[in-house]
Amino acid sequence: MAGDSHATTATEHATDAAHGAADAAHAAEGAGMPQLDFATFPNQIFWLIIAILAIYFILTRIALPRIAGVLAERKGTITNDIAAAEELKLKAVEAEKAYEKALAEARAEAQKIAAETRAVIKDELDKATAKADAEISAKAAESAAHIAEIRDSALEAVDTVAKEAAAEIVSSLGRPVDAGAVAAAVEAQIKGDA
Amino acid sequence: MADEAHGGGIQIHPMDQFKVEPLFGGDHIGMLTPTNVTLWLALAVGAVVLLLVVGTRGRAIIPSRAQSVAELAYGFVYKMVEDVAGKDAVRFFPYIMTLFMFIVTANFLGLLPMSFATTSHIAVTAILALAVFLTVTVLGFVLNGTKFLGLFWVSSAPMALRPILAVIEIISYFVRPVSHSIRLAGNIMAGHAVIKVFAGFAAVATIAPFSILAITAVYGLEVLVAFIQAYVFTILTCVYLKDALHPSH
Repeated sequence: MAGDSHATTATEHATDAAHGAADAAHAAEGAGMPQLDFATFPNQIFWLIIAILAIYFILTRIALPRIAGVLAERKGTITNDIAAAEELKLKAVEAEKAYEKALAEARAEAQKIAAETRAVIKDELDKATAKADAEISAKAAESAAHIAEIRDSALEAVDTVAKEAAAEIVSSLGRPVDAGAVAAAVEAQIKGDA
Repeated sequence: MADEAHGGGIQIHPMDQFKVEPLFGGDHIGMLTPTNVTLWLALAVGAVVLLLVVGTRGRAIIPSRAQSVAELAYGFVYKMVEDVAGKDAVRFFPYIMTLFMFIVTANFLGLLPMSFATTSHIAVTAILALAVFLTVTVLGFVLNGTKFLGLFWVSSAPMALRPILAVIEIISYFVRPVSHSIRLAGNIMAGHAVIKVFAGFAAVATIAPFSILAITAVYGLEVLVAFIQAYVFTILTCVYLKDALHPSH
């Protein structure tokens, strides 16, 4: 358009002026906006349509199906993984139950074995104790007999020594010794003491 | 030019960045001439391919970073279509995904220094908005027949008000493509122009630090706007699509 080019030149003049932004802004308001240069419209519109169609076909043929596929696949994977995790969790709970059951059984078994062993040991111990007791009492009886024997012989020795000592004392007093009387007196003395 | 003599070094051409120029010289711009528009549209297509095709080539269950972003974009738009336009609108998902991916990549590519912002041109956004408008209108009539006109007849309003509301509804319906397209182009254009204005001021040493700070701030804002405008365009498309699928109020 002839009018347009006129206006453009006028604007350039105005814009070049030294009055700064205010003038520049004023100029922008004017017909000098390249946006309103209708001569460039067919060009812009043609290339825009080409660009939009290009993007549209790239999106519908390649990009969008691909991204949709990836998103769907990811969703599927996540769902599957969650299901698998759920299953594994159930399995873990079951395994824990089995473990606890086995543990309880083992504990019971151990207690049983311990009780049995204890009984066996106690039996043996009782037997050994009884045997030892018997041996001890036998030995004690034997020892008692021995002690009695020793005592008897000791008493006898005391008798003899006492009688001899008494006879000796009587003889040293200068009296005739009557063995029979001394013996009787000593015996009576010992018995009286006992 | 004569004006430059007392220009003080400030050269502000905020609109030059939007000029459509032939790539290989000459001044005639025909319909098929490869221009900077062609280049940056092609780069936008390339960026989409890079992200959505090359990025996902591993098809990994545990995604790479690029695949993660591609899946994020997919999920973002898919959920938007599903939530805003309803489950039966999912068959239009590729169409809406195309719009979103194109706008978001074009917006971000436009933020590169020395680049050309294709979405700052009303010709581009108007075609996108018109395509949405025509699709929704045709789809509305094809799917619902004359019941689609129920969109303009507010049956919950009092009888006396309904004709007035119908007029308002019809006007607002036809304004849709206008606001739909100008919102996107206007936002992108304004942001880029503001950055250029501040860049012009940076030529003066005393205000250059402020100017550079301002450029940084506006650039940050523009990064936000680049995404938000793509989001807004897409979600409005979903809203319009919902009208076509379920025209009752």
